[in-house]
Formats: sequence, C-alpha cells, structure tokens
Amino acid sequence: MLGKLTWAAIPFDQPIPLAAAGLVVVVIVGVLALVLVKGWLPYLWSEWITSVDHKRIGVMYVVLALVMLLRGFVDAIMMRSQQAIAAGGAQGYLPPEHYDQIFSAHGTIMIFFVAMTFMIGLMNFVLPLQLGVRDVAFPVLNSVGFWLTAAGVLLVNMSLVIGEFSKTGWLAYPPLSELAYSPGVGVDYYLWSLQISGAGTLLTGINLTTTILKLRAPGMGYSRMPIFCWTALAANLLIIAAFPILTATLAMLLLDRYLGFHFFTNELGGNAMMYVNLIWAWGHPEVYILVLPAFGVFSEVIATFSGKPLFGRHSMIIATMAICMISFLVWLHHFFTMGAGADVNGFFGVATMIIAVPTGVKVFNWLFTMYGGRIRFSVPVHWALGFMITFVIGGMTGVLLAAPPADFVLHNSLFLVAHFHNVIIGGVVFGAFAGYNYWFPKAFGFTLDERLGKASFWCWFVGFYLAFMPLYALGLMGATRRMQHYAETGWQPLMLFAFVGALVILAGIVLTIMQLVVSIQTRDQRRDVTGDPWGGRTLEWSTTSPPPPWNFAVLPHVESDDAWWAMKKRAKSERAANPRVEPIEMPKNSPIGFVIAFFATVGGFALIWHIWWMAVLGLIGIFVTTLVHGWRVHGEVEIPVETLMGAAGGPRVAS
Amino acid sequence: MSAVADAALAEEATTGDVVIPISLRGPAATDVVVGYGFWLFILSDIIVFSALFAAYAVLSGQTAGGPSGVELFDRRYVFIETACLLASSFTCGLFSIAIERRSGVGAFVGAVVTFLLGAAFIGLEVSEFTRMVDIGAGPSRSAFLSAFFALVGTHGLHVTLGLLWLLTMMAQIATLGFRPMVVRRLFCFALFWHALDIVWIGVFTIVYLGAH
Repeated sequence: MLGKLTWAAIPFDQPIPLAAAGLVVVVIVGVLALVLVKGWLPYLWSEWITSVDHKRIGVMYVVLALVMLLRGFVDAIMMRSQQAIAAGGAQGYLPPEHYDQIFSAHGTIMIFFVAMTFMIGLMNFVLPLQLGVRDVAFPVLNSVGFWLTAAGVLLVNMSLVIGEFSKTGWLAYPPLSELAYSPGVGVDYYLWSLQISGAGTLLTGINLTTTILKLRAPGMGYSRMPIFCWTALAANLLIIAAFPILTATLAMLLLDRYLGFHFFTNELGGNAMMYVNLIWAWGHPEVYILVLPAFGVFSEVIATFSGKPLFGRHSMIIATMAICMISFLVWLHHFFTMGAGADVNGFFGVATMIIAVPTGVKVFNWLFTMYGGRIRFSVPVHWALGFMITFVIGGMTGVLLAAPPADFVLHNSLFLVAHFHNVIIGGVVFGAFAGYNYWFPKAFGFTLDERLGKASFWCWFVGFYLAFMPLYALGLMGATRRMQHYAETGWQPLMLFAFVGALVILAGIVLTIMQLVVSIQTRDQRRDVTGDPWGGRTLEWSTTSPPPPWNFAVLPHVESDDAWWAMKKRAKSERAANPRVEPIEMPKNSPIGFVIAFFATVGGFALIWHIWWMAVLGLIGIFVTTLVHGWRVHGEVEIPVETLMGAAGGPRVAS
Repeated sequence: MSAVADAALAEEATTGDVVIPISLRGPAATDVVVGYGFWLFILSDIIVFSALFAAYAVLSGQTAGGPSGVELFDRRYVFIETACLLASSFTCGLFSIAIERRSGVGAFVGAVVTFLLGAAFIGLEVSEFTRMVDIGAGPSRSAFLSAFFALVGTHGLHVTLGLLWLLTMMAQIATLGFRPMVVRRLFCFALFWHALDIVWIGVFTIVYLGAH
C-alpha cells in the first residue's frame, strides 16, 4: 500500500537530523497557522498563489530563493564547523553518512534553488518592464513554471523529515548513484525533485525567450534592448538548449534505478563516463545561465550609478553572445582526468581559456563606464565593485585550472572548491544582491536601508575572503574536497580560518534580514514617489513604483538606447502630447500552476517511495487539470480606461 | 506622442511607403507568439532526443554477449511501421488544410485517419517490444538494448501523448468550434506531429538501417 515507506523513514534514532526535521515541521506549521489565524489565506490565494502577474511571480521566486539560501547556508556552517574540528583522530559531530547528505544537499540547493531561482526571479520581474510590455508571453505557463520549482523545493525539504537525501554529491555521479551502491531513497529524492523543477525551468526558459524576441515596445529593436535583456536572452537560450540534456540524463539514471536499464552501470556494457559527459554538457552552460543575468545586473547598476551610458554597448552584446556559444564547447574541462588524451584535453583547455576573453571585455566595459562618471556609491554599486575584484580573482584561478597539467594536480581538491565558490559567490550571489537592492523599490515602492545594506555587503565581502582564500591554500597543500575528517593536523588552522569566514558571512545574512525588517518598518520615510529613485536609464523606471498590474497604461515608444533617459532629456525641451488611452486586456488569475505542482509533488513523492497507485493518481491529476484548463474560454479580463487613468496607475509618459 | 504615433506607425507598417522592420513594430500578435513559443519547445524536445541518440551511438556496440540489432530487427516490419507514421503525417497535413477552410467534416475525417495511423504505429511498436522482451532481449539485457528501448520508447511515448492530444483537440473542435484559441492549438499539434516524424526518420536511419 505505501511502497517502501515505513516509520523507519523518520530519523528517530539520529538526534541532529531529527532536530532539523522538527525545526522544518515547526516552521511550516507555524507559518500555516499564522496565515490561517490572521485570515491571510484568501488574500494570499487570490493575490499571490493564483497570480499570473510576472511581477508577483518574480517576487515569489526571490522569496523562495532567500528562504532556500538560509537552508543551504545551514548546511555550509555545518560543513565548515565539522572540518574545523575533525582533524587528526577526531571525528567531529557529523557521522559520514550524514555529512555526505549535507554536502550533497548544499550543492543541489544552492545551485538549483538559490542561484537559479533568484536569477529567474529577477528576470521574471524585470524583463517585461524593461521591454516596455505588460506581461511575459505566456503568463499562465509562468505560474506553472514557478510552482513546479516550488514542488522541487518541497521534495528536497521533505527528504529532511522523511527518509534521507542523496549522499552522492550534487551531480550524483554513477556508478555510486546506481541502485547497487545507493539503494536508499536519497538519490531518488534528488532525481525527482530536479526532474520536476527542471521541467518548470525549461517552461520558463521558453517563456522568457519568446517574451524577449516577440514582445517589445514599439521601436525597441534588438540593439536598443537594455543589456540585462540581452544577458537574459543568452541565459534563456542556454536554458532551452541545455536543460533538456539534464532531463534526458537524469531520466536515463532513473531508468537504471527503477527498471534495471544499463546506461551507467558497471555491468553489461554500461558506461559511467557517459553520464559525466552528458551531465556536464548541461552543467557548464548552467554556470553561464547563472552568471550571465548577473553580468546584466552589473551593467545596469554601473551605468545608472555612473550617470553614463554603458561603455562599449555593442561589444558587450557581442561578448554576451560569444559566451553563450562558447559555453557549450568547454564541458570536458570538468574531467580532464577522464583520460581522453592530450589532444582532446588541449582543445577543451584552450576553449576554456578563450572564454575568459569576452569576460575580460565585459570587465573593461564596466571599468570604462565608471571612468569619468559621477559615481554614487550606493549599495548596488558596492556589490558591483566587490564583484569586479572577486570575480577577476576567481576567473584567474579558473584559467589556471583550465591548463590540463595543473588540473591533474588540483582536480577534486579544495582549490577547485575555492575556485567555484569564488565565481559563484563573487559573481552570481553578489549579482543577486545587487539586483535585489536595485529593483526592490520598483517592486514595493520603498527603498531598502542603505546603512544596513552596506554593512551586509562588507560582511559578505570580508567573510568570503576569510572563508575561501584558506581553501585555495589547503587545496595546494593536498586537501581534497568532501572530507568528513582528515589525518593531517597541519591543515586545521586554515580550516578554523575558513570557519570564521563562514561566521562572518552568517553576519552578512543576518544583516540582510535586518535590512529588510528595518526597511519595512520605516517604509513611510523611504517611499519612492517618483518611480525613478536612482535616476534610471531603462523603461522599468518610467512607470510607478510599484507598477500597476498592467505595467504601462500606454506602451512606451522607444527611439534610442537607454529609452527612459532619452525620454527624460527630451521632456526638458518638448511638451508632451496627451497620450490616447484605450482599454486593454489582461490575463485572469489561474490556480492551474498551483494545482499541477500539487499533483507533481504527490506523484514525485509516490515515485520516490514506490507507491505506484499514488503515482498514477498524480499523473491523472496533472492530465485532468490540464484538460480543465484547456476548456477555459475566457482567460482575459478587460481593463476599462477609467481604471487605467486611476490614481495609482495613471499613464506616465515623459515624451 | 505614443498612442498617436503607434497608430501612425502601424499604418506605415502596413500601407505606407516606409517599411518598418518587424523588430520595431511592437509586440507581435498572439498567433505569432504562440507559434514561436511552441517552436522553441519543439527545439528543446529535439535536444532530449539528441541526448538519447548520443547515448545510443555510444552504447550501440555494447551488446554484452546478447543479441545485436541485426539479429533483432525485422526491416520489413519496421518499414510498415514507418509507412504508417509517414502516412499519418500526410493526413495530418490534410487535417490542417481542412482546419484552414474551417471544414468541420474534413477536419473530423483528417483527425480520425491520422489517429488510426498513429495508433497502428504504436500497436506495431508495442508488439515489437513485447516480442523482444519475450525472447530475452529486454532493456536489462545489455547497454545496447537499454539505449534502444529508451530512444525508441521515448519516441513512442511522444506519439502516444500526441494521440491523447489529438483526441482532446477533436473534442475541443466539437465543443468549442474553430475559435482562435482552438486553431492555435491545432497549429501547435500539427507542428508536434510533424516533428515526431522527423525524429522517426532519424530513428529509422540510425537505429534500424544502421544496425550492425
């Protein structure tokens, strides 16, 4: 009846997982109780859960990412504290099978449910506003994509309470992840949560690519698109081209585990290295899916706060698209030690080094934008400057690792761990926080506290160097990654340093939360009444903060780069004609995303625990929900002119 | 500016001497947007198949002492299968023409014939799979057979989903008529169905004709 699911799945005998599970349950029950007692449910249901507004969905993505950042960071603190004490004969406080789950969950959560989710949230919120349109191409599909991501998140967190998570690292290399060596449900939790959230990501990629290429304000040709739109285009093209590879690869591993196939097993001709090739054919583009939107954020931030158009706009676009292409030609550098031979390794090593060239172009573009500009050192600029310094260091260690002979020595060492944290924290996380501080007033109508924002930045910045510079040194000294304990006591001082660094980053996270709380409390003093608090250059700043559900009562007309800046300049010399406002149609809210994700969670959980009847139920649920939606005839509602002209959403046209 | 200029712009784009490039004309019509999005979906689906083709290419020689493709495949049988699927693509084209003319009867006949040919294809494939499993050549026998069943089976699964979709669309035409929403979905269905044909050409060539 319940497949493999028994009471043994609850970790009653292990105090630490039990406490973690208890905490998760308490938090979830607490939040639900609060929502019910306060009577927020109808509001949440009609304004957020069923919303198809790209701005609301974007905000929900970012909230989800911030919550998962806390979860992933708890894992990080546990790993750093374990390694700080488990030297010599000491075993620390985390047994190996628990420690292995922690590093697997940390990587999986941080990449898929923090970095990826945060970036998709920013793109969702910003793209239609920057493009000067009213929503994404497929608003309902957008909601489905978000809720599928949330379903994946839910499954990963359920593994804390019921059963276990994968112990095979964040990419689940076979043969370790095959049934023979990982018979538990951990790898299945990993696979199904990524399959479900991956489907959501693919839908979002298709949606946003269509939005950028087919829905832009009149006059906004490709070359006039803001740079963030360009980087988002590149990232979403990569999603379309790379995520299906992930889906296919994980499906093959699922077939191995569930139906006795032999894709990656040690027996009957299976080939484990094929998995490693396929997963990195997705995995390397994936890192550019994460970092390209961050590059876009920095481009917007640097140009806005320098009061200058971006230097070398066209070279920036070319560099972005070059990275988009080359990112598919470097995957083998993740496993030079496979033994493909000197020629193959040489090709991929050189391709990897070449990708540093367009990236270098970008860095110089940002520097020359600031040169001669009147720079305002706001919080987003702090993150941008911190990024430039940190990312260049991370890029250089990357070029070092791209040399196959060096990689043979450093492969799987803490040097590698330091390198990818250097580029992902220094690039993606810093970009996420820059974007968060930059667009927050647009989303909520008030700015975030500058003082706490800067304090948070400095903690992250200093904490990052304290935490990861020691790991470079440890890697060179021979320390490998994923050690539950180590014999070499000489490494311990540096491990302690790294732990202190993690604590400083923790302070940065606490300050981020304080910044949000304080800013909400003092929001009346920090209202953005102009809609353009930073002196922006792009169209999102031309509407109110927060924008009305339809973004623009009249679509803006674009005549140059930096459209909003040009409109403001023109407005000084010309008097604007009154725009003709006409009724518009907006998509109605729909619960389909939430309902499909509910059935996907049910189905995923059932498949993980081999509860076949329930899996069938989940599938039927998805199918029937889709059918019901298919017969929804009136998906749109007309907004009359009086509403459009109303106080909050009146048309604001500068020209 | 703006609304007035928009109208002027739209006029120029269609009738005036100055031709405004499509990229500057503002948001595209819903038909264009839906078709474009679905094309992107088809491309992503083709990439799923590319990964499976790549896996098949890597593993096709790994028979692990079990039967090879030459021993297992009956080319005459697969030819009939292929003929069914290609013919269904042709009737799907007739189906599209009937939709274009808003002919209810034509669309119904086209859909039914397409469905029957697709169902025949699936029936033949299932019986081929059953026969192979019966003689001990199932997907667990060797890496080659794993890759074969995954690739061909994924295509078959797509065709099956396509059949379900086709049934749904027939019900939609019957209940909702040829309203724009339904016609857009029918366009997407036709794209999907033809794309599966293209994938099958690859399967037929690489898996069946290329068996060694």
